[in-house]
Amino acid sequence: MTAVSGPTLAVSRRPPWYLMAPALACVVGVALPLTYLLIRAFEADWETVSTVVFRQRNLMLLGNTLLLCGAVLTIVTLLALPIAWLTTRTNLPGRRAFTLLAVMPLAVPAYVMAYTLLGLGGPYGTTAQLLGFELPMVRGFWGATLALSLYNLPYMFLNLRVAMQRLDPALEEAARSLGLPSWRVFIGVVMPQLRPAFLAGALLVLLHVIGDFGAVSLMRYESFSYALFMQYEAGADRVYAAWLALMLIGLTGGLLVLELRFLRGFRLDPAGITTPRPTRLVRLGWWKLPAYLLLGAVALVGLIVPLATIFFWLARHPGGVGGAMGSDWTSSLADSVSASLPAALLAALLALPIAYMARRYGSPLSRGIEQSAYLGYATPALAFALGLVFFSLRVAPWLYQTLFLLVYAYALHFLAEAVGPIRSALYVATPRLEEASRSLGWGRVQTFFRVTLPLLRSGLVVSVALVFLSAMKELPLTFILSPLGFETLAMNLWSLTNEAMFAAAAPYALTILVFSGLFVGLLLLRGHEEVS
Amino acid sequence: MLLALPGCGSWGAADEADDALVLYCGRGRSLVEPTIERFREETGINVKVRYGQTAQLAVTILEEGERSPADLFWAQDAGALGQLTTAGRLEPLPEDLLEAVPAPFRHTGGYWVGTSGRARVMAYSVDRVEPADLPDSVFGFTDEKWRGRVGWAPTNGSFQAFVTAMRQMHGDDAVRDWLEAMKANGAQPYPKNSPILTALAAGEIDVGLTNHYYLLRFKQDDPQFPVEQTGFADADVGNLMLVAGVGVLDTVRNRDAALKFIRFLLSSETAQAAFANDDFEYPVSADVAPRPELPGQDRLDGLTPDVPLDALDDLEGTLRLLREVGLL
Repeated sequence: MTAVSGPTLAVSRRPPWYLMAPALACVVGVALPLTYLLIRAFEADWETVSTVVFRQRNLMLLGNTLLLCGAVLTIVTLLALPIAWLTTRTNLPGRRAFTLLAVMPLAVPAYVMAYTLLGLGGPYGTTAQLLGFELPMVRGFWGATLALSLYNLPYMFLNLRVAMQRLDPALEEAARSLGLPSWRVFIGVVMPQLRPAFLAGALLVLLHVIGDFGAVSLMRYESFSYALFMQYEAGADRVYAAWLALMLIGLTGGLLVLELRFLRGFRLDPAGITTPRPTRLVRLGWWKLPAYLLLGAVALVGLIVPLATIFFWLARHPGGVGGAMGSDWTSSLADSVSASLPAALLAALLALPIAYMARRYGSPLSRGIEQSAYLGYATPALAFALGLVFFSLRVAPWLYQTLFLLVYAYALHFLAEAVGPIRSALYVATPRLEEASRSLGWGRVQTFFRVTLPLLRSGLVVSVALVFLSAMKELPLTFILSPLGFETLAMNLWSLTNEAMFAAAAPYALTILVFSGLFVGLLLLRGHEEVS
Repeated sequence: MLLALPGCGSWGAADEADDALVLYCGRGRSLVEPTIERFREETGINVKVRYGQTAQLAVTILEEGERSPADLFWAQDAGALGQLTTAGRLEPLPEDLLEAVPAPFRHTGGYWVGTSGRARVMAYSVDRVEPADLPDSVFGFTDEKWRGRVGWAPTNGSFQAFVTAMRQMHGDDAVRDWLEAMKANGAQPYPKNSPILTALAAGEIDVGLTNHYYLLRFKQDDPQFPVEQTGFADADVGNLMLVAGVGVLDTVRNRDAALKFIRFLLSSETAQAAFANDDFEYPVSADVAPRPELPGQDRLDGLTPDVPLDALDDLEGTLRLLREVGLL
């Protein structure tokens, strides 16, 4: 009844065309930038490639990146697991608020997180100036780990949360009735069921760590993607940069293969027809205090510190707070939302057939399509953008630099973020319910809308939220593909922090944070159907 | 369904009006938008701007090829303009326009002109460094007494332009030796210029090699900022003047409007005055003086090294050298 190994249902059935079509469209979309990279890469002469790509320094940088990956994943898991459990399975007062707080770091761009952490310590830092005492400077490996852990915590947290909300209490009660103590029930029964959600979250976290350059560069930790970014920035050397991008994607491909191995034959759906009952919440008693401490600490460093720093910058604005808010952040906000919201909806819409096919039909083709979504995510955004420039100008020039292309680029690049939560929800939603409804006479479409979709609601909501947040902060795709005159909040924020005009940047940072936070909060708190 | 969203104007490609210009601008929006706005008001020409990072825009222009919608490219530094010149993407500018710009600020081949200048300086902590201790030349930082106290940004465009000038003046070998000596002497790398200044205040380093205007902006936000800056001895390569420049692309549709725009950027009363007073930069026009906190035009002649602007084109060689030494 629990995690059994074995063949999935109906392996030989071919997925219907209305599932295959959008899924294949996604694959084509993701393949375009990859093709572009391959074209550019093979323009190189072997001598350039061997001196420039196969260097010892690259190996060192790769090692740095892997080390960072391990550290961040460990810290993120150690934090996200208890926080997810505390907010879904206990009676902790204020758990809805803490859910929102745990997600908020996602609204802060990674480099802003790094700037605020950097500015915190030292004799001239924000704590020294505001509170009078001096914190140690946060930088290097530990600075990068801290910034990236806080930044990526929500990805793991949200994926775990989707899974935890759908757990069937019957399993745990059965285990307890057999005499197992609570902690063994957790480790032996609950945690295995979280495996697909954990892997989905882990994949996102690792891809983010591998692909990040803003935070690691500010923390002065030399990682592989930072080297890649420097190549593009330093000299428009597209060939060398293409090689490095392909190496990054290769690294991701390796991760994907690993994940496939961990999930082979994994099933979670119960053998009989069960209606999931709401779980009895664990009463915490005096354990509430350590719980609050943990949640408070994460909220403090992940949200309050960036917020306080932004207000600190805001206070220095030459026009005062009033002058700051008079800047054109409203039109930037409109631009940001006009691209991010359609992209989030489109991504969730495209992720649905992909995840559904991968779980219900389970053929190597459908699995391959799911993996390609992650490859799109792994492609460095700059390479992704240039690939679309290359192809759209040759194939559909009237599409170039239109909002449609930008929305499409966002949706495809962030598709992987949307696939994970839906997939986690599908693991628990049993196919038996669908079969039962079909046997009662409802057609496929009706079954989908009346039976499956409600079960996937919480996953869909998280998908939309994740892609929206990512799109609001996105930079390279926006800089290159947006229509002329299009100015998002993220573009302005980056441009101003780049020129060291932090006071002028503060209103944009604040707007991104507040607006994204509000949107996601609304989604999360209204998007789940059961009491939790 | 989702595609029928509001904002139809930006869904399709822009209309090609006769009086429209497309500018790809690597300069910061907050710095130049007021000037561009004035141009729009004065001439009625609709300038559409794509703001971004200079290098990324250069790559985009190269990728777009002959289908590029851009008419003009305004770069933050000469390296990117050099790359486009080598790739044959820039059109030569008319003689009279070139003559309006002093020789040190224009490309000898006539493919682009500088619009404003930025000087390399050394910024130092007022608490931990006596100005008298500072070396006369940038080569002096390899001395033992500066071990671990100097900050630089090898991945930053301005630094790379500076190294290119150094190679021009002193030759590749001397530069290689200097880079390796600095590295061995514990020079601290930073990703960009503003983290160097933050680090100076925080006590991580005592001196930093950076551009002149960052300190002025930091002081605008915080007059108590505990950092000062100065130049090296006269004609030392450490005082290099970098220029932001503009060129007309070979894909230009409205050449007259493009040239009008460039002339506007060189005009003393409007654009040049704005660059000097609002952006803290050095104007290229001889009629406009830099801000009082900065050395004046006459002082600059002696201070800055004699490096032709065209020499800064060879970014490729600099990158190779930096990779060789392991800084990139």
